[in-house]
Amino acid sequence: MSTQALFGQLLIGLINGSFYALLSLGLAVIFGLLNIINFAHGAQYMLGAFVAYFLLNKAGLGYWWALVITPFVVGAVGVVIERLMLSRLYKLDHLYGLLLTFGLALVFEGTFSHQFGSAGMPYSIPESLQGVQNLGFMYLPNYRGWVIFASLVICLATWFVIERTKLGSYLRAATENPTLVQAFGINVPRMITLTYGAGVGLAALAGVFAAPIYQVSPQMGSSLIIVVFAVVVIGGMGSIMGSILTGFGLGIIEGLTKYIYPEASSTVIFVIMAIVLMIRPQGLFGQR
Amino acid sequence: MRLKLKTLVAAAALALGAGAAHAEITGGVVKIGVLNDQSGLYADLGGQGSVIAAKMAVEDFTAKDKSLKVEVIFADHQNKPDVGTQIASKWFDAEGVDAIVDVPTSSVALAVNDVARAKNKVFIDSGAASSDLTGSKCSPNTVHWTYDTWMLANGTGKAIVKTGGDTWFFITADYAFGAALERDTSAVVVKNGGKVLGDVKVPLNTQDFSSFLLQAQASKAKIIGLANAGGDTINSIKQAAEFGIVKGGQNLAGLLVFLSDIHGIGLDKAQGLILTSTFYWDMNDQTRAWSKRFAALNGGKEPTMVQAGVYAGVLHYLKAVSALKSDADGAKVVAEMKKLPTDDPLFGKGIIRADGRKIHPAYLYEVKKPSESKGPYDYYKLRATIPADEAFRPLSEGGCPLVK
Repeated sequence: MSTQALFGQLLIGLINGSFYALLSLGLAVIFGLLNIINFAHGAQYMLGAFVAYFLLNKAGLGYWWALVITPFVVGAVGVVIERLMLSRLYKLDHLYGLLLTFGLALVFEGTFSHQFGSAGMPYSIPESLQGVQNLGFMYLPNYRGWVIFASLVICLATWFVIERTKLGSYLRAATENPTLVQAFGINVPRMITLTYGAGVGLAALAGVFAAPIYQVSPQMGSSLIIVVFAVVVIGGMGSIMGSILTGFGLGIIEGLTKYIYPEASSTVIFVIMAIVLMIRPQGLFGQR
Repeated sequence: MRLKLKTLVAAAALALGAGAAHAEITGGVVKIGVLNDQSGLYADLGGQGSVIAAKMAVEDFTAKDKSLKVEVIFADHQNKPDVGTQIASKWFDAEGVDAIVDVPTSSVALAVNDVARAKNKVFIDSGAASSDLTGSKCSPNTVHWTYDTWMLANGTGKAIVKTGGDTWFFITADYAFGAALERDTSAVVVKNGGKVLGDVKVPLNTQDFSSFLLQAQASKAKIIGLANAGGDTINSIKQAAEFGIVKGGQNLAGLLVFLSDIHGIGLDKAQGLILTSTFYWDMNDQTRAWSKRFAALNGGKEPTMVQAGVYAGVLHYLKAVSALKSDADGAKVVAEMKKLPTDDPLFGKGIIRADGRKIHPAYLYEVKKPSESKGPYDYYKLRATIPADEAFRPLSEGGCPLVK
């Protein structure tokens, strides 16, 4: 393989990795702090892309507005789901949360599929990010460069908030011992609700990032979510930094596979997952 | 003694044969099963639209000929051959289905082809592309209606090589369909003096094509041939635009592009694309009238050629059953379908050949510029008509064992 092609593939891997990282980050936050395995994450990512599409076509608000508004809209849907349904399941086994969110994902996808069909809707790259940069070894579309940059910033910011701020310390404490934290006068149920909303908002944000690259289609989430779950498992359930690093890392490995042996590109991540589970069942960065 | 036994066997066979000829409509109803992708990446090119098309055919047929009672059912094969085989077997064995129609996804179609033959039922394929259905895998129980990989290669491939696109790189869906389409197109390219520089096989239903597009770019081929379909084609065309592939001097050849794909990509990115189709809603008064009825039932979406093929195929099947007054013997019904000339408002007059290939003209279209389009679904302009006798692979070249 020429070094030129190698650099190209690495960069592309990094782009896909940024989607994996953004999505697995949301999952890790939700699992780490709520102990809910959020199977609806893919559907929420898809909702994000659709909200961006609606904002553009019904309200005339473009990409940048969508980037700001969408996480709040879909996050609010998440808050409603948490209040009405998930909050009743915290005392039960993980499995119930998984079943509920899986069911919700099917309902969302089915409804959108019925309404909009499977070919999906076009969504254009915003004008200011159109065009390509010649990097010498490849042409990098400006938009893809933006996605890598933005998702790195968001990932690191999320990590910082949870691991390095007072708010984050409350959150982590609340997962360890909710009763004690509540005794200090902190409204734990509300904090948990907002955390779920934020995790869902992250998925929606990834959906907006994805809209111009992929088709805004009802299946966009389900084809991604399984991979993202594998990423979370490999990184270690609930580990924030773990999911970020694994997301980018696996994106790169997948990119290389696409070059060396493309037929295996849709399975390589699962092979890695199986190996990791055998050698280190708690995941690469997991502590439990 | 030996002679006597032989006579006895012959007599028994005759009696049985006579029995079959007398058999009328099994279960009192002609049951047609639409088997296709109802929820995945091929759902828009067939899906519920094909069910609507089949029902319209039944409606139009029974309006004129009240002798048959017809029922249409459908199921989702999820693009998986094992699921398709299972549903087909259950339909034929337990639910009294007489004919299965549509079945996109060549791997599933080839599996259903075997089931229909083993159980002596009828299989009218519209959605699948592999030319093997009427080639090495041809069956006395199968009619392949709408299009196939040979026809696509011969239409789009030839047109592009003739206009100077003589070096090719393929991005191919990694299953039966992609392999057949690449094989047939490569043959056309080489035959017309072009060269194939390389290919990459991509798993079905891939989201990100950038890595494969980079490989295609590095090959320096003039033409990047997309031997894929549905959502895969949409994503590859969109992302090729993003990576500036066309601006860099390379051109895309969408070897199988449906109207629903163009609708999903948008004209700004799809303009100028050359494609081959056997049906377009805006061809003539008859197709416009039919499509208007169809779109009203299909949420405003105009029909694809696959859905049109389901309509025409079901209509012709019912004519054959009505002529035979029986649907019991699948091979006999198909033989009758081959005997009767076909005539429907969508594909015009045509025939079904001995190998099961339905013959009609094909059309080379170019996707309009946004400025040329009057609105949604006004997407194609005609570049050339390929007459029926040139559109499909000659009977002698397919290697079908039914052709002697």
